[in-house]
Amino acid sequence: MTTATLPGTLSLGLSRGATELREFFRQKENLIFTISLPALLMLLLGTVYVKEAAAAQMFAASMIGAGIISTSFVGLGMSVVADREDGTLKRLRGTPMPFTSYFIGKIVLVFVSSLFEAVLLLAVGVLRFDLELPTSAEKWLTFAWVFTLGVIACSLIGVALSSIAKSTRNAAGVLNLPYIVLQFLSGVFIMQTALPESLRTAGSLFPLKWVCQGFRSVFALNDDYAVMEAAGSWELGKVALVLGAWTIVGLVLVGRTFRWSNTSR
Amino acid sequence: MNAIRVRGLKKAYKDHQAVAGVDLDVARGEVFAVLGPNGAGKTTSVEILEGHRDRDAGEVSVLGADPAKAGREWRAKLGIVLQSATDAANLTVREAVHHYAKYYADPRDPEEVIDLVGLTEKAKSRGGTLSGGQRRRLDVALGIIGRPELMFLDEPTTGFDPEARRQFWSLIKRLAAEGTTILLTTHYLDEAEALADRVAVLAGGRVVAEGTPQTLGGRAHADATVRWLSDRGHQEIRTAEPTKTIAELSRHGELAELTVTRPSLEDVYLELIA
Ligand SMILES: Nc1ncnc2c1ncn2[C@@H]1O[C@H](COP(=O)(O)OP(=O)(O)O)[C@@H](O)[C@H]1O
Ligand SMILES: [Mg+2]
Repeated sequence: MTTATLPGTLSLGLSRGATELREFFRQKENLIFTISLPALLMLLLGTVYVKEAAAAQMFAASMIGAGIISTSFVGLGMSVVADREDGTLKRLRGTPMPFTSYFIGKIVLVFVSSLFEAVLLLAVGVLRFDLELPTSAEKWLTFAWVFTLGVIACSLIGVALSSIAKSTRNAAGVLNLPYIVLQFLSGVFIMQTALPESLRTAGSLFPLKWVCQGFRSVFALNDDYAVMEAAGSWELGKVALVLGAWTIVGLVLVGRTFRWSNTSR
Repeated sequence: MNAIRVRGLKKAYKDHQAVAGVDLDVARGEVFAVLGPNGAGKTTSVEILEGHRDRDAGEVSVLGADPAKAGREWRAKLGIVLQSATDAANLTVREAVHHYAKYYADPRDPEEVIDLVGLTEKAKSRGGTLSGGQRRRLDVALGIIGRPELMFLDEPTTGFDPEARRQFWSLIKRLAAEGTTILLTTHYLDEAEALADRVAVLAGGRVVAEGTPQTLGGRAHADATVRWLSDRGHQEIRTAEPTKTIAELSRHGELAELTVTRPSLEDVYLELIA
């Protein structure tokens, strides 16, 4: 018996990510619904609502935020439920692959698919609504960390919630309902300042509002637009804090609720 | 040390006792078949040994570890072929086998494995487009890619045509010849008879008989039936001493259409699970 060491968790995770991406891009419904939907919504709603340049900037920022939640929270949650349903997770459980590698693979999947989605949306924004992309390195740095932290936090919550759903059919409900409600509470379609205090507070408890606010700070024509936020400023420190807190909550929830199959107990 | 040792294994789903006190011992290098009708508790038992399901009671040791607590190194020594899987629908056979090879320290050559299970012609087809039998062969390929010491196969040939089953049997015999310990479940008697060194018959969550396929259920010692044709028609006698019976009968001359039979494995099995 040789005592060759098993492959490392990170390299296995990246290899899983490559495989996940390959499977993802081979399914047309993913390309249509997950990758293009936000761009399509931007095109439709933008044509109706966007009357001035500033509005296009704000709307595009919010839609990128909503898009991330859609790929990470909803899309990833659904894909974990599907992995449980078709036996992928059970097969993986029977191999020496660590759970962390599986999760790294999913993060890679969400990261890349969200990036595709954001690029498509920005392209629509630039071509159709004369969207102006930020030019300073500082803004892009903010974009990068809000994007990364948002993806990780929402992915963890999506995986945690996927354990509640027994099948892909009821997962669609379990995951889409909070997503749709949060879009209204978080300033995606309606400005948060237009909401009553109680709803605004409710929205502020969840990641979506903070992801969108972070992106609005990136795409605003200038920082004077911060007065339109509920707090009157971009609150980037709070954005990092809330998303960081949700990452920890997500980690704990995933650790407690994750199931490899529907029949383990 | 045995590869598998189970004592008093129990598992209930709500108030249905699926496994009701099972004892098993499988030696290293042995091919062991668990034979039983649908609902006997085969999958439940095997998945507990694989670490896929929790148990309610009993002692279980698989390759020296408790499956409920064992970790990565332990899983690296197992090869598991589940009863039903539809995963990897969007990966080709080649991609799936190469990918799973990466999980192990010392995997087999993926191309050799694809060839070994007879999927070379389907290497570029996606999992979702394979026929039932081809799909099972992919499952087996993914099960053996890590060079397992111990393999679990849950009803591996259900839905195979006769030729595919023969090919599959020779693959199992080859793995066994390489020293792999194999635990397989089946409801085909000929499969157990062709492959297994020992068989346990599971019915209603209990082991109702255990032994080699030749001696199962006291088959070797069961009464024989002597049949022949006389002027009065077909005759038959059940006896523990057929040689003596025939000697007595044949004193009067030749016996037409003489046969001596013992219960077939199927007769014994049907009696056991009744
Ligand atoms: N996850 C489960 N939940 C409830 N009942 C189950 C579950 N799995 C199996 N059973 C029941 O337990 C019994 C044994 O099932 P199983 O172990 O699958 O038998 P076999 O593999 O021999 O057909 C059956 O009556 C089956 O309906
Ligand atoms: Mg079964």
